[in-house]
Amino acid sequence: MNGNGPTKLVDPLEDPLPGVGTYEDFNTIDWVREKSKDRDRHREITNKSRQSTVALLHSVSDAFSGWLLMLLVGLMSGSALAGGIDIAAHWLTDMKGGVCLIGFWFNHEHCCWKSNETTFQERDQCPQWQSWAELITGTSEGAFAYIVNYLMYIFWALLFSFLAVTLVRAFAPYACGSGIPEIKTILSGFIIRGYLGKWTLIIKTITLVLAVSSGLSLGKEGPLVHVACCCANILCHLFTKYRKNEAKRREVLSAAAAVGVSVAFGAPIGGVLFSLEEVSYYFPLKTLWRSFFAALVAAFTLRSINPFGNSRLVLFYVEFHAPWHLVELAPFILLGIFGGLWGALFIKANIAWCRRRKTTRLGHYPVIEVLVVAALTALLAYPNSYTRMSGAELISELFNDCSLLDSSQLCGYEQVDTGVGNSLADRPAGKGLYTALWQLALALVFKMMITVITFGMKVPSGLFIPSMAVGAIAGRLLGVGMEQLAYYNHDSFIFKGWCSPGADCITPGLYAMVGAAACLGGVTRMTVSLVVIMFELTGGLEYIVPLMAATMTSKWVADAFGREGIYEAHIRLNGYPFLEPKEEFDHSSLAVDVMRPRRSDPALAVLTQEGMTVGEVEALVDSTHYSGFPVVVSQESQRLVGFVLRRDLLISIDNARKRQEGVVSASQVVFTEHAPSQAPDAPPPLRLRGIMDLSPFTVTDHTPMDITVDIFRKLGLRQCLVTHNGRLLGIITKKDILKHMAQIANRDPDSILFN
Amino acid sequence: MKTMFVIEAFYLACFVLLSQVTAKNSEDIRCKCICPPYRDIAGKIYKQNVSLKDCNCLHVVEPMPVDGKDVEAYCLRCECKYEERSSGTIKFTIIVYLSILGLLLLYMVYLTLLEPMLKRRLFGHSQLIQSDDDVGDQQPFANAHNVLSRSHSRPNMLNKVEHAQQRWRRQVQEQRKSVFDRHVVLS
Repeated sequence: MNGNGPTKLVDPLEDPLPGVGTYEDFNTIDWVREKSKDRDRHREITNKSRQSTVALLHSVSDAFSGWLLMLLVGLMSGSALAGGIDIAAHWLTDMKGGVCLIGFWFNHEHCCWKSNETTFQERDQCPQWQSWAELITGTSEGAFAYIVNYLMYIFWALLFSFLAVTLVRAFAPYACGSGIPEIKTILSGFIIRGYLGKWTLIIKTITLVLAVSSGLSLGKEGPLVHVACCCANILCHLFTKYRKNEAKRREVLSAAAAVGVSVAFGAPIGGVLFSLEEVSYYFPLKTLWRSFFAALVAAFTLRSINPFGNSRLVLFYVEFHAPWHLVELAPFILLGIFGGLWGALFIKANIAWCRRRKTTRLGHYPVIEVLVVAALTALLAYPNSYTRMSGAELISELFNDCSLLDSSQLCGYEQVDTGVGNSLADRPAGKGLYTALWQLALALVFKMMITVITFGMKVPSGLFIPSMAVGAIAGRLLGVGMEQLAYYNHDSFIFKGWCSPGADCITPGLYAMVGAAACLGGVTRMTVSLVVIMFELTGGLEYIVPLMAATMTSKWVADAFGREGIYEAHIRLNGYPFLEPKEEFDHSSLAVDVMRPRRSDPALAVLTQEGMTVGEVEALVDSTHYSGFPVVVSQESQRLVGFVLRRDLLISIDNARKRQEGVVSASQVVFTEHAPSQAPDAPPPLRLRGIMDLSPFTVTDHTPMDITVDIFRKLGLRQCLVTHNGRLLGIITKKDILKHMAQIANRDPDSILFN
Repeated sequence: MKTMFVIEAFYLACFVLLSQVTAKNSEDIRCKCICPPYRDIAGKIYKQNVSLKDCNCLHVVEPMPVDGKDVEAYCLRCECKYEERSSGTIKFTIIVYLSILGLLLLYMVYLTLLEPMLKRRLFGHSQLIQSDDDVGDQQPFANAHNVLSRSHSRPNMLNKVEHAQQRWRRQVQEQRKSVFDRHVVLS
């Protein structure tokens, strides 16, 4: 600058040092900075594109990279993972019961696919499929065979759950649990390194199959969302645009969450809405298009893999289209109330159990806990045929309406001769149905209790199928009750108008559907996405109004007991720094009440724009653990210049000490544009204007907190500076806001663990 | 990262190829007719592998249990469905799954049981630095790797693999501490 001595200054406009602009583990990203980095990059590419054809091609490929990435995510999740998980899970579940002699890779249904020995009453018996009792003892009847089957069932359940938990523990501890609470937090800006990595992907895929097959009361939908997000994260590394920018990556992850639900249920539109309503934090229209496209690709891929030969994506296809009557809204609303009560109760019980696991000795024995729960589940589930079958099978049997072609116990009505046609009028219940009813009631109680202790264990566990199973059982019980009521009281004023004897007026399968939606809505507090998922699952478009009525009722009832769904409750249990976008802040505090430093704290640690040496800066940074420092003009004026992050500061100083000549502890640290004039023998200054954020957000001390919280939410801020009469007064971070909100709600403010 | 992508692309290609190749295997199509009880005839299920155009009651239900006049009434109650599956895909998926599971289990056994034994035999007890980590943990032997790499001049590739493996093990260690011991994440 002034020709004195060899001054090799750090040029702030060069490419940033590797490491500057990245984040530490368990920290929040700076959305504003990421978005402006992306805009700068985009602008640079567009400007360069006018110079040569290569650059033009580069800009076109950059614009399409997003769509290409979505295509790859859809292909990878839909095909390899979801299809493979489905096939393997069905096979391994049936392994508990027996083995196929014509090819060990066939599950029960496929083993008997070609056989002509299946009878009308026993649709799944064929000589090619041998249960374990038949293989070991040679017979399949009698008490001894039953005991052998029982023991083999428990053995397989224990083996699968043991393998699952040891694999999780040995290779990827992040693969346990559902994954949706952590993904919600990641999408709001949090960083958990390794949570969406390749080992987590592999282990979660393998152990999900094992956990589901071991008979535990869990589903695979939540973990499939995690798996899809892992795929998306891994594929992001192929594209520079997404690898380097955390905000853009989260757009892709939102779309991947939609893909996860889409392949889990075969419900692409429901998946997009689920991502919008439950998982994502920011969901601009661009993410909507991308999610739609990715869900479409995934659904298409899954259909072309066609794992089960019915060419249908729909999991629980219902064949009936019987109309429902307005009077039936009353039992539907009753089911909604049941769903809301169950949801509130489940959340409280599950959180209490998980808190006990977190704080007491129960949490020190995860492997033994999984084994004990698996043994207990297998022991109690085997005798009852409705708990022995997997959750999805149970739900599809309960959704099914009884016709002449069915011979299951649930359709054990007394045969009143109806003549031609397949649709049957309401009939009195036969002995088979009464047996099925009390077995179902026992199954309901069992499932309600066992799911509370199963969700949250150290194996991949999802919640959708168990909640839907509980609701479906309750709904079917109510439906059969209504049907019998209508048959025996067809003269009373309730039924006379619309339900004449000999007509098919009540379909218990519909009640099961509505019950399933109500219970799932009560637990997760989903509304629109739940209704869309349900009618995509079942194909029953006529039943949107009952589904909506039950879902709304269950949400209202559940919200009366507690405002949070299960995922938000788990976020709060873990202490993640998640600023809930749906809550309102209605306290009248001001910014000055929440900011730090408080009256009794030491003064704010600031850096001056010039006048501090490298040694002084390092000492200041070492003596505190703040993640950022404001830069002011001088200590007396306290007028704000900018904000600099701790990590960037340390990396720059470290790099300058190693690479730049002459930088020692006595070198001046300069944040201004032009270095001040120095003595000729002074060491060269360290210019750090490039790492400083020149436009930090500020509020005045009298800004009401609800506006401040709104600013944090809408802009995705991590910290905000507070000024008074133009002078820097203090700083508010996201953690301070969360602690303040916890204090207002009379919760423990120390439960917010992360920055 | 690139290798992961290559592996996935390969797997996907195999999947798609297999499903194309094996879908039209005549063993994998069937027409299933379910006929409910009619008068004094019990209910029965009929299966045959015919194509979609022949999938109806007249072609599949053999032998027809009723005579000419009743055939129509009987067939009205039957329901026939055409189904297709890909047994090649199923076989491929199960075999791939079992092999990945087997590999992971072998690797886990190797890491927990065999590697400490091998290292102990190679180095003897004197060069191991005791640390106070958990039993069965790999950290006490991290130094062993450093000693090994300094004493023999190994090619760079193997060194890199060793480093990567050590780094990965440290990460898993950290994760295990946060999830299982301190219950900070994923409680």
